[in-house]
Amino acid sequence: MIEQSVASALRTEVAESAPPPELGSASSRASHGARSKLLRSFVIGGLSLSIWLGFWQLASTYDWTFFFRFDNIPAPTEVAAAVTDLITSPKFGSHVGNSLRRILLGYSIAAVLAVGAGLLIGRFRLAAQALVPPLEVLRPIPAVAWIPIAILLFASAEHSMIFITFIGAFFPILLNTIHGVETLDRRLVSASISLGAGPFDVFREVILPGAAPSIVTGLSIGMGTSWFSLVTAEMISGQYGIGYYTWEAYTLQNYPNIVLGMIAIGLLGMGSSFIVKWSGRKLMPWFEPAASAT
Amino acid sequence: MSLEALAPSAGSIALSNVEVHFGEGRQAVRALAGIDLRIEPGEFVSVLGPSGCGKSTILGAIAGFMPVSAGDVRVDAQRVSAPGPDRGIVFQQHTLFPWKTVTHNVEFGLKMRGMSRSERQKTAREILTHIGLGEFLNHYPHQLSGGMQQRVALARVLVNRPRVLLMDEPFCALDAQTRLQMQQMLLALWHELHMTVVFVTHDVDEALFLSDRVIVLTQRPAAIRHEFAVKLPRPRTHEVLTSTEFMALKRETLALLLE
Repeated sequence: MIEQSVASALRTEVAESAPPPELGSASSRASHGARSKLLRSFVIGGLSLSIWLGFWQLASTYDWTFFFRFDNIPAPTEVAAAVTDLITSPKFGSHVGNSLRRILLGYSIAAVLAVGAGLLIGRFRLAAQALVPPLEVLRPIPAVAWIPIAILLFASAEHSMIFITFIGAFFPILLNTIHGVETLDRRLVSASISLGAGPFDVFREVILPGAAPSIVTGLSIGMGTSWFSLVTAEMISGQYGIGYYTWEAYTLQNYPNIVLGMIAIGLLGMGSSFIVKWSGRKLMPWFEPAASAT
Repeated sequence: MSLEALAPSAGSIALSNVEVHFGEGRQAVRALAGIDLRIEPGEFVSVLGPSGCGKSTILGAIAGFMPVSAGDVRVDAQRVSAPGPDRGIVFQQHTLFPWKTVTHNVEFGLKMRGMSRSERQKTAREILTHIGLGEFLNHYPHQLSGGMQQRVALARVLVNRPRVLLMDEPFCALDAQTRLQMQQMLLALWHELHMTVVFVTHDVDEALFLSDRVIVLTQRPAAIRHEFAVKLPRPRTHEVLTSTEFMALKRETLALLLE
């Protein structure tokens, strides 16, 4: 009889308060709206892009030289013509491959160390006291300023470039990880302890997933800064790599290739940031900033 | 495993001369002023008092979150020194893990005990189905209504077979209708699972409807001002709320609170 009363009390509540089943229609409406919004943003974006391209074409065709000097700047059509040479040449592939390998190594090492250090600093006062002062001194030094010391520090130019990539990614990931741990709802930690979690469980089950949204933000910013640092390092001390390619094109006066190098850097950076964001979304299906606000 | 097999043995609670102070020096606040309280195994006791009087501090002391400055808190004669799964606690604002589904939230305590995945999933599913959430096993907490979230929070502590269930104004953020349904559900679960419940509330109706005994606290620093037994027959349904005995009891209680 008691069982019955629970069941009946609940049935009515489920029927009246259950929100998710009704969400289906609302979300399909929303996605329809989102699609037309997407189309609109594509049209506006495309239009803006073609105006800029048109301006660039005119400026370099007619060698405009007011303030900006377009006489040595290759026109979009020249750049486009250079694309075919480039894609067929095996050298370009090896430039891109070298840069990607450096990013992969430097960025991965940075991600592992920065997330680890960030979790410790955010959670343990001792770690914060020991690690924060040296890190605070090193943090304002831009990755580029590390190049001379990196060349001295490592036997090979390859290692020093990976190091610069690492430096570029490390601090944004570290700072966001610390922020994620520090802003985590303390009550969740208390709840887990009261449910029987030990210190290691708290770390794995609460701190890490709780800080995950901030960590992903840091990883995504860090991906951008590691490309930025790598390209600089390659221009200064590199052999092979997309930054080196761009600088070499300048020294060889192969001007269309400068622009191609720049575009390649832009696309590679964009692609790798996209991968980071996409993986973040896949790993955190629960994280919906908009939905959790309601 | 049925829910009855999960049934714990209810625990007794004894607070003797418990004092809790916060802060230090001039900012020190005395939250509890020598609380003496004995709660029998299986008893349902409500703690009633004005907001900010220190009701939650009592629960914190029993749960082990709040270190006591003097006196001691014992559950089944064992001194409380740290939080533990034998004393489940449910708060006004749920503390479900947003990154875990309903099932994974409820499984948490069993996982911490090292129960196998299949077994803990089965147990979690069973209790969730029992409290009417069978269709929401794979939802995330933010996809549920407030009442459903509180039910998941309750299931998450009940799955640990607590000897003592501590509730800190768990239903006061819910609408009146949902609140009543939750109260009835809680009474039914209490009957089935034989545990001791300490329920903190500022709602007189809620305290009278649920409890065997009501403790009325003073303003901070909280001391026990009155306590009385609620002799309304059980099982209680919402009809009790409009009975003449209930009304009389409510009148007396309100007088106590306002005197």
